[in-house]
Amino acid sequence: MQLPEIVAVLRGIPLFAKLDSSKLKLLAFSSTYLTMDAGEVLFFEGDPADSVYLIDEGEANIFTGRGAKEVKVAQIGRHGLVGEMAIFRDSPRSATIRAAGRLKVLKIDGDVFRAVVSENPEAALTVMGILSDKLAATTDEYERLKASAAAAKDRSVTSQA
Amino acid sequence: MEPTFFKFIFRYSKRQQIYLLVLTCLSFPFLYYSLELPKLIVNDAIGSESFPKTLWGWEFEQINYLMILCFGFLILVGIRFGLRYYVNVYKGQLGERMLRRLRYILFARILRFPVPHFRKTSQGELISMVTAEVEPLGGFIGDAVAVPAFEGGTLLTILIFMFAQDWMLGLAAVALYPVQMYLIPKLQRQLNLLAKERVRAVRKLSERISESVSGVEEMHAHDTSERERSEFAQQVGVIQGIRFQIYRKKFFIKFLNNVIGQLTPFFFYSIGGYLVIKGDLTFGALVAILAAYKDLSSPWKELLRWYQVKEDTRIKYDQLLEQFQPAGMLDEDLQRVPDGHVPRLSGQVVATNLTLQDESGVRAVDGANFQFDMGENVAVVGGSGSGSDSLAQMLARIIVPTSGSIFIGDANLAALPESVTGRRISYVSQNVALFRGSVGDNLFYPLMRQPLRSGAYEGEAAKRHEKYIMEALETGNTASDMEADWIDYEAAGVADLDALTERAVEILKAVGLDEDIYVFGLQGTVDPDRDPGIAEQFLKARDMLRRRLEDSEFTGLVESFDRDAYNRNMSVAENVLFGTPIGPVLDLEHIGENPYMLSVLDQVGLTEKFLSTGLQVAKVMVELFQDLPAGHEFFERFSFISAEALPAYQALVRKVEPGDLEDLDPEDRTLLMSLPFKLIPERHRLGLLDGSIEQPLLRARRAFADGLPESLRSSVAFFESDSYNPAATVQDNILFGKLIYGRQQSQREVGGLIAEVVDTLQLRRKIVEIGLNSQVGIGGGRLSAAQRQRLGMARALLKRPDLLILDEATANLDRLSQSEIMRRLLEESGEMGLVWVLTHGEDASRFDRLIEMDGGRVVANHSIAKVAQIDNAADAAAGE
Repeated sequence: MQLPEIVAVLRGIPLFAKLDSSKLKLLAFSSTYLTMDAGEVLFFEGDPADSVYLIDEGEANIFTGRGAKEVKVAQIGRHGLVGEMAIFRDSPRSATIRAAGRLKVLKIDGDVFRAVVSENPEAALTVMGILSDKLAATTDEYERLKASAAAAKDRSVTSQA
Repeated sequence: MEPTFFKFIFRYSKRQQIYLLVLTCLSFPFLYYSLELPKLIVNDAIGSESFPKTLWGWEFEQINYLMILCFGFLILVGIRFGLRYYVNVYKGQLGERMLRRLRYILFARILRFPVPHFRKTSQGELISMVTAEVEPLGGFIGDAVAVPAFEGGTLLTILIFMFAQDWMLGLAAVALYPVQMYLIPKLQRQLNLLAKERVRAVRKLSERISESVSGVEEMHAHDTSERERSEFAQQVGVIQGIRFQIYRKKFFIKFLNNVIGQLTPFFFYSIGGYLVIKGDLTFGALVAILAAYKDLSSPWKELLRWYQVKEDTRIKYDQLLEQFQPAGMLDEDLQRVPDGHVPRLSGQVVATNLTLQDESGVRAVDGANFQFDMGENVAVVGGSGSGSDSLAQMLARIIVPTSGSIFIGDANLAALPESVTGRRISYVSQNVALFRGSVGDNLFYPLMRQPLRSGAYEGEAAKRHEKYIMEALETGNTASDMEADWIDYEAAGVADLDALTERAVEILKAVGLDEDIYVFGLQGTVDPDRDPGIAEQFLKARDMLRRRLEDSEFTGLVESFDRDAYNRNMSVAENVLFGTPIGPVLDLEHIGENPYMLSVLDQVGLTEKFLSTGLQVAKVMVELFQDLPAGHEFFERFSFISAEALPAYQALVRKVEPGDLEDLDPEDRTLLMSLPFKLIPERHRLGLLDGSIEQPLLRARRAFADGLPESLRSSVAFFESDSYNPAATVQDNILFGKLIYGRQQSQREVGGLIAEVVDTLQLRRKIVEIGLNSQVGIGGGRLSAAQRQRLGMARALLKRPDLLILDEATANLDRLSQSEIMRRLLEESGEMGLVWVLTHGEDASRFDRLIEMDGGRVVANHSIAKVAQIDNAADAAAGE
């Protein structure tokens, strides 16, 4: 895929829609377009983080835990942003990502991504929105788990009595 | 060290000084006659009328007589100056030898300083003392006796001559000497005090500079550069003041001497003239006295100067003495190189009333008593300030206790030579110091204690080596040869270098450093000429890897090098060069400026295409990067154009149209030609290089190699599928291709494949060996803190100590590795004693014995097995 096409892909995504053309081109120029087959790994939990990934086509599964303890926690689809948390926190990857089927992603250099987001209020707000959505989803999940754990405890208490 | 500088000089150069004295005395008769002859020439040869004259039984006419006397004068002058030249050369050699000796003595003393002393001595001071401050001392040593003897003797000869001519004139010549001899020492004393002050101030300055350099991060972090500058300014201000005072005093002394020197001729002309007129003195004698007087001023001046320098060096020596005699220095005999077998340590370790006190009276360890068996694994637990670290250092005899003793078996640790403590005890702290050199040099450092097998020297080299040994002995230096083989294989329990490497690999594995060194090895280079057979093995690996890459699951990972195919995953420059540049001439960054490369492009007709592509690339780059601030890191990482060059390209893009490419300025042409070389089609995807350019570029590749001029042959190592490339890394040689862009895990997968191939062919050890040759950088700076620490532990183990002391030696490692290394060492310690200083007691249960420390005292010392038994018994009792 050539540079103008990547620029077009980026422009189609709300996060970058408002960027001016030269910034968009810089973003595209410093990015790598990856094509992956089902099961291929984007990154492993605990890997050092240097890039952010934007899904252009296909879907990816998110797993936590390593080896036998690996559990799928979510799925992410077209225009989904992956790996931005580790870039902002400057921490290792917190989950493993695998391609669910044929997957096309744009690998954006972490430093360039940070620079673009910090220079553009619109983009920053959009990233905040994405992160808030993720936080909300996590909180919901936590509440649900807490409720089911409490229910399970109740059941075990009743069964013992 | 000798208490005064002159004692030092006489102790080490008495013979030479006497020789110089004899030579000097020899020269005086010649001096006397070279003064006498002019008088004869004027009075006898020119002024006399009674000819012929008889000389040694021969008769001479006036002219012949004059000539004979003149030639005699010439010969005397020749002898005098020839002798003087010889004496000066001899003095120079003596001075250099003594300087070398003095430096060596000082450095050897530094190695014997008590370790705590370094906390209050700055490196900068020591460095400036050993390097700069001793230099004038060396220069003076040659002059110490010879100059006063020579100049004093000259002075005396001349004076005797003068008094022999006329005692009144002689008296006139020395009339003012008493004044000078009274005044000058007075002035000199003031100078001496200033000189002392200056030395101290300069030392403080070097201390200041070295502190600023080592604390430069703090300075940046707190914006205190102004304070640093001010402190420096204050100190150089003080030095400036002192120096100027010294200058003024020195200049005044010089002035005084000059004035007095010019007063004396007054007496000559008046008294001498009177005597000649009266007929009491011949005219010839007056001329000779005047000539002699001219010669008189120089030795007198030299004597005064010598006196000043002597005073200067005396002060410098006294100050060196102060610094190089700290209390508690290690006895010289304890660092002697041993002759025979070094005994092993065994038995009970018994510490009695062990105390370490610093000069302010603070006791880091205060009356500690403990004992344990050498075979036990001992945990010493204590937080910071508990004294556990000082205890460990005393056990390793790195520091000597203020009072109390440590016995190992029958041996008193304080009295053991370092050849025993340093070979039988290993000590590793959190701060491992590495020295410049390779990983291997640092790993084998503890085995290199004395030269064991001398180096081979032949012909010229043997002569040079002999001379080196001779000079070393002459100057009291050690004659140990750095080129000899120093590695003590026996100490590591192996027979030769090969077995030692084998052992090193095992130990690296034990401390968890083997994988890192393997990676160093993959990134390293190897010279197949020096390691025959290695190329073949790596080529086999290349072959095997290539076959593995043909498997369907690995296709699309690597694009292999193929002389007849264009590689879309490497840059245009690499594609044309098709090899590894050696040295800067064909450096890939600047290959677009190389005239030969440009001629090759011309030859295959690509110049025009490069120019037009270059213009397009320039346009893209200018658009992408023109809004970035100049120093932005993206330039370095992504741009083809540096921030500094950007304005030139901006101007070029504005003025040049695609139609103008034929008649460009030479500079603009160079700018454009360099850009297409940096394109990697698969990575940059600018759509500028389509398939049609690949064939011409392949032609360029062939033309480049075929026409390569002789001068460039050594600047490139070509990629050949059937030969090893010594300029490329081991990994690149095995891979022999480029990772394909657009595959996320390619690096990991290919790394795994290479490891698989390496293991199948059993090349891992060879690669680790290459890794051992990689450089650690200054102070080990190219290794991470964890790697340094692991290396420190590996080398402590390699020498097979009787007692291993680890002073929080795993503090820089992650929890998991700490635990793993502890497990291995505890399991494998066997007969070796192990003392491990820990901050927390949680791991203590894994040891045989626990010594707890608090506030410098041992608060508990018990065997763990017993503790467990007591606990069990207590449990059992409770159970009943």
